Amino acid sequence: MVDSLADPLLRVENLVRRFGGILATDNLSLDVVPGELHAIIGPNGAGKTTLISQLTGQLTPNSGTIHFGGRDVTGLPSYQRSRLGLARSFQITSLLPDFTAADNVALAAQAHDGHSFRFWGNARKEKHLRDAAHAALTRVGLAARIDVPVSELSHGEQRELELAVALATKPQLLLLDEPMAGLGVTESARMVALLKELRKEVTIVLVEHDMEAVFALADRITVLVYGRVIASGDPAAIRSNEEVKRAYLGDQHVVVAHG
Amino acid sequence: MKLQINLRNVVVALVAAGLVLLPLYSQLSGNIFILTLFTRIIIFALAAASLNLIMGYGGMMSFGHAAYLGIGGYAVGILAFEGIGSGFIQWPVALAASALYALVIGALSLRTRGVYFIMITLAFAQMAYYIASGMSRYGGDDGLTIYKRSNFGGLIDLSNRVQFYYLCLGCLFGGIYLIWRIINSRFGMVVQGVRSNEQRMQAIGFHANRYRLVCFVISGTICGLAGALLANNTDFISPAGMYWTRSGELMVMVVFGGMGSLFGPVIGTIFFLVLEEVLSQFTEYWALIMGPLLLLIVLFARGGIMGLLGRFSRG
Amino acid sequence: MVLVEQSLNGLQFGLLLFLLAAGLTLVFGIMDFVNLAHGSLYMMGAYFAATFTAWTGSFVLGVILALGATLLLGIVLEFVALRHLYGRDHLDQVLATFGLILFFNDAVRLIWGPAGLALPLPAWLTVPVQIIPGVFYPAYRLSIIVVALAVAALLYVVVMRTRIGMLIRAGASNREMIGALGINIKLLFTLVFGLGAALAGLAGLMQAPILTVQIGMGENILILAFVIIVIGGIGSIRGAFLAAIFVGMIDTLGRAFLPDLLRMVLSSAAASTAAPALSSMLIYLLMAIVLVVRPEGLFPAAKR
Repeated sequence: MVDSLADPLLRVENLVRRFGGILATDNLSLDVVPGELHAIIGPNGAGKTTLISQLTGQLTPNSGTIHFGGRDVTGLPSYQRSRLGLARSFQITSLLPDFTAADNVALAAQAHDGHSFRFWGNARKEKHLRDAAHAALTRVGLAARIDVPVSELSHGEQRELELAVALATKPQLLLLDEPMAGLGVTESARMVALLKELRKEVTIVLVEHDMEAVFALADRITVLVYGRVIASGDPAAIRSNEEVKRAYLGDQHVVVAHG
Repeated sequence: MKLQINLRNVVVALVAAGLVLLPLYSQLSGNIFILTLFTRIIIFALAAASLNLIMGYGGMMSFGHAAYLGIGGYAVGILAFEGIGSGFIQWPVALAASALYALVIGALSLRTRGVYFIMITLAFAQMAYYIASGMSRYGGDDGLTIYKRSNFGGLIDLSNRVQFYYLCLGCLFGGIYLIWRIINSRFGMVVQGVRSNEQRMQAIGFHANRYRLVCFVISGTICGLAGALLANNTDFISPAGMYWTRSGELMVMVVFGGMGSLFGPVIGTIFFLVLEEVLSQFTEYWALIMGPLLLLIVLFARGGIMGLLGRFSRG
Repeated sequence: MVLVEQSLNGLQFGLLLFLLAAGLTLVFGIMDFVNLAHGSLYMMGAYFAATFTAWTGSFVLGVILALGATLLLGIVLEFVALRHLYGRDHLDQVLATFGLILFFNDAVRLIWGPAGLALPLPAWLTVPVQIIPGVFYPAYRLSIIVVALAVAALLYVVVMRTRIGMLIRAGASNREMIGALGINIKLLFTLVFGLGAALAGLAGLMQAPILTVQIGMGENILILAFVIIVIGGIGSIRGAFLAAIFVGMIDTLGRAFLPDLLRMVLSSAAASTAAPALSSMLIYLLMAIVLVVRPEGLFPAAKR
């Protein structure tokens, strides 16, 4: 149940971001309420990843504000936003290739488990970090691949690992940038099932191209075109929105499940 | 820690054993020269190990590490000159001065990346060189003779070659052990992660530069210790030891051995300095061979000696 | 007036530094290649000039031959060894070119001996020239300023206004595109490297009569070139120009006037000890300040 009148967990107001002459984010405003799964869709070049990067701090907006949990985070560096409970998965897989899957996730857990200026004890032997890693990896279906170096994981497994890493930081808001990019049918279905579980525990912003998944999961959908919001509302409203159909869904032959 | 029996580990074990037994060989054969040569090698290996910590594990290519050899050395030299001969005072001062210098230089230099970081560390090291050259009270360009080695009371006599050798070896093994523990600690994992993918580490909540800076300071401090040892070894300290080519040589020692490998710096330093010694016997112009050799190694044997051994281990 | 003379010296030094830094920036900007041996090319320019002038008996001929020889040396170096390092990690390039420095220093010692050389000026260049009434300045130093400014202007015109320059600037930001246009990338890179070498050699041979021709001279000044690139701004030749003049002025004027300035505040003994060290440090302090205030440099290149 999503209470759209509740205080928003994430409030974006009039965000603007330019790259030279290109306006990637054009006066964008957006709300995400606690507990919802809010999807962001749009054609390629709509500025979805640019938006996510500004939300998590990899990019600084030219103007506009971002409030998270009531707090202005517009100028905060990304590591501080992570500490406040904002987690992200990357569209282009961004992991630590020399380490194992477990190491990657354990590090994420370590970042939120006190300070890391400990120079003597073996971090790989810290039971609660290892347990947290094990739990996150089992969750995303990688229990069998815990000690495999990232470079030896398949693309699909790496996408799942991205999610596990984000989860291990115990986020309040999870920003997922095309988690299903490059996944096969079975893997996608597994990811959708997983997200259905996760949405009960954490607020999710999902950027995706897979329309089946979006309409199956989303409480609300925001449509982005050329960095602007052209529509925002529940799935039924979006599906019947003329402007959206013209701009984006028109060519999609998608059978959307109800409910 | 599981120890596999493979070529790399066997070589490392043999080298370590060789280093421990060297003074025995020296006594038996009467070859004093090999003892003094390897004392020097061990000290440089410690410096190279400290550089490997930030280069191989931390991904920070510092071209200014010779500065710490100088700072550590001058701490000992200046204090000795001013009448303070106790190692219990000199050496902590050497460590503290190196740490402070690393803190300031690191904080400034880490505002840049990549090639610019290399250039800036180089520039700051040259600055240290010029400061030392300008200290006319302490010999300036001519350097400063140290008439008495650091005094540690009845504990150990640094002017005894064998005792001094074992002290240096102890520092080397101790330093490597310390680095090993650091690498596998929480801190070390973060540093390695930051080298591997800084953006990812920031995204999960680590302030990358803070960890880099602390790593930089630790590395500089260990190298300062090597500087104190070196000054005692040569009974002399001069700005020439801080000239930027010395920093380059340290980098070469690390790369020869294999970056990011624990024992690599030791192997690399032994290889470099022994080769330099051997070549000098044949010709005054040993750089004519060493230079192109370095080029060839960079082109074809990038992983250094440990890398080559690793290839043969897996084969 | 001493101030005018020292200012001109500072300008001259700054322009020499610019020639050196411009070569470095060009090669780094276009081929993404950091060349520590750039200082060695500077040294070779000086050594060639001294040698050819002695052989031919003519300063002008010696200079021309030296320039050609350095250009040739740069091209050969690029062709035989350095082109294999394009695309490699910067650290690899640093180490490899460091090896070249060691090689060059010993090669020079082998061929020319350890003592260094002298390059005497022809009489017509040693006359003082009256630049403003009552102020005289050596003709040679004046000619350095003129030549360096001319080269800087030429560089600007070539890089900004010609097709080759356009290729160079485009090549810096998109190498594949240049290749796709059918331009011979390899040749372009070799030419750019040669240009960089020629600039270094020119700087080396110009300062030879008044400063030094000795082993290791390249390394001392190379570090200053690095400092200039950092202060001036990443990838920016205009930044390198401004920073070079700035650094040249500060260094020269600092060394000239700092002892006197210090003597006003400190005792004479303290001033004489502190002055040389402080003068040398001045540039690095400047670099440190820039790093704190604007880490990307004072005049970084426009969006690439």
